[in-house]
Amino acid sequence: MLANYAFIGVFFIGAIIFPLVPLVAAYLLGPKRPTPIKLDTYECGLEAVGDIRVQFKIQYYLYALAFVIFDIEVVFLYPWAAAYGQVGLFALIAMAIFLVILVGGLVYEWKKGALEWV
Amino acid sequence: MELIIFLITAAVAVAGAVAMLLSLNAIHSAIFLLINFVAISVLYVLLYAPFLFAIQLIVYAGAIMVLFLFVVMLLGAERAEDTRERFVWQRPLGLTLSAILLGLIGYIALRGPAPEARVTNHQFAAPERIAEALFTTYLLPFEITAFLLLAAIVGVVVLHTSGSQAGKRE
Amino acid sequence: MTWIDLVILVVKCIVLSLAATAVFAYFTLFERRTLARLQNRMGPNRAGPGGLLQPLADAVKLFFKEDVTPLMADRWVYLVSPTFALIPAIIIWATIPVGMWPDGQGGNWLQLAEINVGVLYLLAVMSVGVYGITVAGWASNNKYSMLGGIRASAQVISYELALGLTVLGAVMQAQSFSTAVIVERQAQMWNIVPQFLGFVVFIIAATAEVVRAPFDLVEAEQELVGGYNTEYSSMKFALFFMSEYVKLVAMNAIAVTLFLGGWQFPGLQTLTLFVTQQYGAAVGNAVLGLTSLGAFLLKVLALSFVSVWIRATLPRVRYDQLMNLGWKVLLPLSLINVAITAVLNVLLPDAPTLTAIISLVVGVIILAVTANVGRPGKEKRTVKLVEIGL
Repeated sequence: MLANYAFIGVFFIGAIIFPLVPLVAAYLLGPKRPTPIKLDTYECGLEAVGDIRVQFKIQYYLYALAFVIFDIEVVFLYPWAAAYGQVGLFALIAMAIFLVILVGGLVYEWKKGALEWV
Repeated sequence: MELIIFLITAAVAVAGAVAMLLSLNAIHSAIFLLINFVAISVLYVLLYAPFLFAIQLIVYAGAIMVLFLFVVMLLGAERAEDTRERFVWQRPLGLTLSAILLGLIGYIALRGPAPEARVTNHQFAAPERIAEALFTTYLLPFEITAFLLLAAIVGVVVLHTSGSQAGKRE
Repeated sequence: MTWIDLVILVVKCIVLSLAATAVFAYFTLFERRTLARLQNRMGPNRAGPGGLLQPLADAVKLFFKEDVTPLMADRWVYLVSPTFALIPAIIIWATIPVGMWPDGQGGNWLQLAEINVGVLYLLAVMSVGVYGITVAGWASNNKYSMLGGIRASAQVISYELALGLTVLGAVMQAQSFSTAVIVERQAQMWNIVPQFLGFVVFIIAATAEVVRAPFDLVEAEQELVGGYNTEYSSMKFALFFMSEYVKLVAMNAIAVTLFLGGWQFPGLQTLTLFVTQQYGAAVGNAVLGLTSLGAFLLKVLALSFVSVWIRATLPRVRYDQLMNLGWKVLLPLSLINVAITAVLNVLLPDAPTLTAIISLVVGVIILAVTANVGRPGKEKRTVKLVEIGL
């Protein structure tokens, strides 16, 4: 059983090496004529003003939080989806209760405007 | 063969964790943490728990890491310039706790594995088995999890309503 | 595992990686030519017959370009992020069965690894696929790149939920996470019939997941120059470009596997049986392998055409529309899809045709209603005439 995972492991190592070949080749083949202006930050030819480390909108973070919550919900659905035929009607009801609670949460979030991009 | 893979993966996991702690830049820390998560998922495969392997990647490497990256990036707090210690008791306490943990692990390692801890059935952690356990023995904890998640959703809404006045910047 | 097995495995890995590269190279040509035809142009047709050598010329050009690392960039992270982006795009192919060539020991030559959580593996790799872009945006130390990177991760996580739930529909149809089993269960009927709603949601979410037009806000030229890869040049840029396209083709391949019957096509079994009886098992397996691979590639090509077609047809969405679509349309729709599938399959477990027809009809109705409710411009547009006063 683990043999198939070993295949993936070998493939993973291959996938790490694979992009290095063109990177090294381009490093060897390409010209290297750096100038201070070329190495400067590209902002359409204008002088870069200020730092990029500014505070971003909190909305991005709230979406990430909501994502983590619903991702965990989906994770609970996975084992059930593979076995709902065996565990039957009882599990369907149990899962329905679980989902209703969380869909209630989604509706609440929606109504409160937390899914709104402002 | 399995032992060699285990040793390599474990070494990567420990190295990732140590590098995460030592690097001063929070984004570098996040990348090392990602490496650590991936290595731990491989350890789950070696324990014949493929479902946990996938879940480790989906939840920790896929979801929690995004949250970490967002916190760091959105606050612009990746450079650990402020190295002053806010809490003086933090470092001794952390050292004591980790010493206790190491001692416990050492004790268990010296005692050897419990005879009942050996994997006899390699299908024990297949998704179907997990579903069976979830809907029979652990049904109540499962439903309570829904309420925990609901509480988290309420938390998001609260953050939203209190943050919407301040969050007009992009 | 003997040494022979290891050699075969390494050869398999190399072939798969090179195939991914070739697919990338010719997908760019296919896209440029098709896009040109859709816009009434010719497209690149100078290098080689019909422009067939164009990807090669592009690659050679990129090799000889100067590799600029901006002074302000975080050097190490800047260097590794293209690799970070490409690795998931390639390893996602490991569990996709691209055909059926039995190796005589219950295995399949045309699938690298058959694991019992194959679909979860796909989802797991998808979920870590965004870090290359996000981290590249940060490492470039450029405002455009940074915004592109952050937009990318927010977008990808918003659509990942819908994606995971629609994949679940296909899993429930086969009651297995194994990609091989899912394809086999579609011998009688492709999943697109009982999972029509799921298929449509999957295609939309997958397009957003690989940040492609009309969801390419990550690299919206008008606002963000090049987006996350503004500061990247030469081969590093090419690796980002490649990861984007390999991911797109991989998404199409996953859609084919989960919803369009994978390598199956009607009459495949009859054909194989006939050839096996006439010429023996080896020839039969070879014919099965080649025809199934051909069928799979043809289906992927058809979906790839749809991707290009979408890009040529639809204008880019706004960011608030993007978020609304992900959270308020696709997420509820995919939840409804899971609910319908579960209820029908538990109540009527022995009537697959009936459940398929019911879910198809219900799915079409739900999609029609959603499209009608969400149509832009449905809200009454009243033009206010304001007296400006002369």
